[in-house]
Amino acid sequence: MNALDILQLLSPELILALTGFVVVSVDLAMRRRDEGRTAATIALLGLGGALVATLLLAFAGTSTVEAFTLAIDPYSLFFKALAIVSVGLVILASISFMRGKSRYLGEYYALLVFAALAISLAVSATNLVMVYLGIEFLSITSYILASYFRQDLRSQEAGVKYFLYGAVAGAVMLYGISLLYGATGSVDLATVGALFSAEGDQRLLGIAAIILLLAGFGFKASLVPFHQWAPDTYEGAPTPITAFLSTASKAAGFAVAGRVFMVALPNLVADWTAILGSLAILSMTLGNLVALKQTNLKRLLAYSSIAQAGYIVLGLAALNPGGDFDGVGGLLIYLLAYLFTNIGAFLVVMAIEQHSGSVDLAAYNGLIKRAPALALWMTLFLLSLAGIPPLAGFFGKFFVFAAVVERNLLTLAAIAAVNAVVAAFYYLNIVRAMFFVESEEQKPVSVAAGLSAALAISGIMVLVIGIAAQPFITWISRSVEMVLVSGM
Amino acid sequence: MDLTTFPLLSLILWLPVLGALALFLFADARSIRVTALVVTLLDFAASLLLLPRWTPDGSMHYQEVLAWAAGLDFRYHLGVDGISLWLVLLTTLLGPIVVLFSWRNVTENVRSFFFLLLIQQAGMLGVFLSLDLILFFIFWEFTLIPMYFLIGQWGSGRRVYAATKFFLYTMAGSALMLVVILLLYFQTGSFNWLTLKEAGLDRTLQFWGFLTFALAFAIKVPMFPFHTWLPDAHVEAPTAGSVILAGVLLKMGVYGFLRFCLPLFPQATAIFLPWIAGLAIVGILYGSLTALVQKDVKSLVAYSSIAHLGFVMLGVASMNEQGLSGAVLQSVNHGLSTGALFLMVGMIYDRRHTRLLAEFGGLWRQMPVYSALFMVVVMASVGLPGLNGFVGEFTILLGAFRVNPLWAALGTLGVILAAWYLLAAVRGLLHGPLDNPANQHLADLDRREVLVLAPLVLLFFLIGLFPALFFDKITPAVELLLRDVGPVIGR
Repeated sequence: MNALDILQLLSPELILALTGFVVVSVDLAMRRRDEGRTAATIALLGLGGALVATLLLAFAGTSTVEAFTLAIDPYSLFFKALAIVSVGLVILASISFMRGKSRYLGEYYALLVFAALAISLAVSATNLVMVYLGIEFLSITSYILASYFRQDLRSQEAGVKYFLYGAVAGAVMLYGISLLYGATGSVDLATVGALFSAEGDQRLLGIAAIILLLAGFGFKASLVPFHQWAPDTYEGAPTPITAFLSTASKAAGFAVAGRVFMVALPNLVADWTAILGSLAILSMTLGNLVALKQTNLKRLLAYSSIAQAGYIVLGLAALNPGGDFDGVGGLLIYLLAYLFTNIGAFLVVMAIEQHSGSVDLAAYNGLIKRAPALALWMTLFLLSLAGIPPLAGFFGKFFVFAAVVERNLLTLAAIAAVNAVVAAFYYLNIVRAMFFVESEEQKPVSVAAGLSAALAISGIMVLVIGIAAQPFITWISRSVEMVLVSGM
Repeated sequence: MDLTTFPLLSLILWLPVLGALALFLFADARSIRVTALVVTLLDFAASLLLLPRWTPDGSMHYQEVLAWAAGLDFRYHLGVDGISLWLVLLTTLLGPIVVLFSWRNVTENVRSFFFLLLIQQAGMLGVFLSLDLILFFIFWEFTLIPMYFLIGQWGSGRRVYAATKFFLYTMAGSALMLVVILLLYFQTGSFNWLTLKEAGLDRTLQFWGFLTFALAFAIKVPMFPFHTWLPDAHVEAPTAGSVILAGVLLKMGVYGFLRFCLPLFPQATAIFLPWIAGLAIVGILYGSLTALVQKDVKSLVAYSSIAHLGFVMLGVASMNEQGLSGAVLQSVNHGLSTGALFLMVGMIYDRRHTRLLAEFGGLWRQMPVYSALFMVVVMASVGLPGLNGFVGEFTILLGAFRVNPLWAALGTLGVILAAWYLLAAVRGLLHGPLDNPANQHLADLDRREVLVLAPLVLLFFLIGLFPALFFDKITPAVELLLRDVGPVIGR
């Protein structure tokens, strides 16, 4: 492999890193005169470039190549594209949302770009140390972003809580890594996978390592019982950052968990799928039941995203290489659908927050009269979250359920199905407020151009993935093939 | 145009969707109404094209198959047989009727209203036409959304409560259906109905499959004790919504039993048939007795639906040629006559904004045309010989009698009760002195309203006098079903 090849393989990461530095420098040079608009523009251009580079690699049929402990394979490219798109949407929406709310907008956009870089590194890591570094890199950018409103106590609380949980979770994960290293003398995922057997004492050690590692991954994915930070952090963080944490950052947790477990612990597959299955039940049930009582939309969506994490992890819990529905495919399809759906829902929350300063359910009363477009988009996103066909969310649920049923985990399937009805209850409650409850306020809601564009992209993707799912499924099955072939 | 290769079913299915999108081309309410009417009339005309070339052999006609996702046996597969044919025609017939009925009395958000009506129609047609279980499930779940908004936005009184209850209740019913559909797939490698019914599923799967599907369908029908969503939804829905709910949506449940539960899970059917019969009879008696004490005439009609659907399910539970054919025909009959009843209640409500029986009386003198038509509709619903209801109920009772005379006896009791509560409605509305001053200036039906009811009344007579026209298409399909399922059940 010559230097040029390596440059090309790492082009998404290089573009992201360069963009981050340019954004900070330009913002400094401009002396913060235009409220971050230039910085945002450069960030978006850079993300666009990185997305093109990622897709070029993805569609060039790149097979697994390792460069500096990073795997450039369809699996990592899929998650890179996901991260770049969601950060792009978040930045697009932030241009108007963050204006006047902070003096340091250049750094804000740069940190978001670096967060995308961190995810790109984490999802490609083929080495336990790189896994740890990637996740910590992502955490550090997220801590700062969550507490970005320095005058706002809630935002401070969000950042501090996130930091304290994250620091502990990171340390626990590191302990898990050290167990695997102790047992095999290697930090390379594939080598660990080859050397780590499931015999006798080593199996117990392996189970301990799985649980310890899950503290790190589950923290990112906000899976119960590693979810406690989520409601407060989601509520206090600037809403665009909440959107980011609940999508791209969450997806990174699942991506890393998937690769590490499949590649490094293939001999313990029965154990970690069982553990993930129980976490799925806990997450779905707890998330949905607590969400029922929420009236603050950001908290409601936080619990909803904990419940969604439960559905998503079903894909890994039902891993079934060689089956019609291998599980990982379901995980990826679900995450793709969920990304646009959940960001979309948070975009509407941002629009309302900007208009009324409130994130309470009451602020959504009668929205259909004041802002029909917003109300219709929100309905679309909520129905997709509820998994109603023919929207994107339905296909996510379908593929995940299919994997669960194929593995004959019928209790799990039944619990998930019943949970979907509970979730429909609180999603529908928001629809009810928007359509059927009269509001005292009659002022029409105006939505900034960037936010509208992000909304339109998300909404159209939710429809397209639902109605024309086929190309996405084909792409995803290819991405999955690679990691399954290399790992299991 | 060559009708053998032309995708007629797709045309019928997607025409309302295209029409719904076309509504956005117009700004004024009148153009929107005209477009909706033209589209639903065209759709009805298109569905009539199914009839001339129909070969009554009980098989699936006009099949269309399109592969969907590579590697997955999930297809866009449509087809229609003697069981679904009349339900499709019922759906497309009620389309223009409810559009015409809503012509004047829907004045708010006209475009949204007709948009929802049209996509609701497409969703219901999709349920009747799908031969792929995933496709069926997609349409089945989708039909919840437009109806939720129709009830919630244009309904009366506790409309939001009724809409939410309708949505959650029916969604809960079908939650596990997807899991079972997937189980069927992993046992047989197919989502295709034609493959699945030949597959011979194992006993345990049949048992759980039947229970899960039956729960979804029993809630939709609704069978006692899963009926509690119905009075709320029917009473609070706008008239057009009630007509569609009673006319078509409930039939999706009956259709589900006939199309999926019986042929796919015959062994389980044998176990559960007595239960279905029992619940059907309880439904007949409970619905009738509750209808008897209603003060609101719309509630009365709503409870009468529970009783009538009890009859239909009694036919299903009989599992013989008469019972099943009667169930299919009576489903259509109920759609026509209860649809007409809801329309007529709506017409009186539009004038007086009340539906309480106590507010009325003596309308014979003030509204002779209305009263005459109301009598005909009631007679059709009661089952007067010569009209459609008689044919359906009689055939069902005949089928039930051959299985268990007690079933038939209890069913007959329901017929008597039906006459009682419906004639009570007639007495309350039409007879007696015209003593309420508010009723003394009521206008009789105008031409549009008569036009809305005319096709329904014509069909009452057509089905009542020439039932063979309908049975000769239903019976072969029923015979085919019995040929497969009958031996397992011992009928």
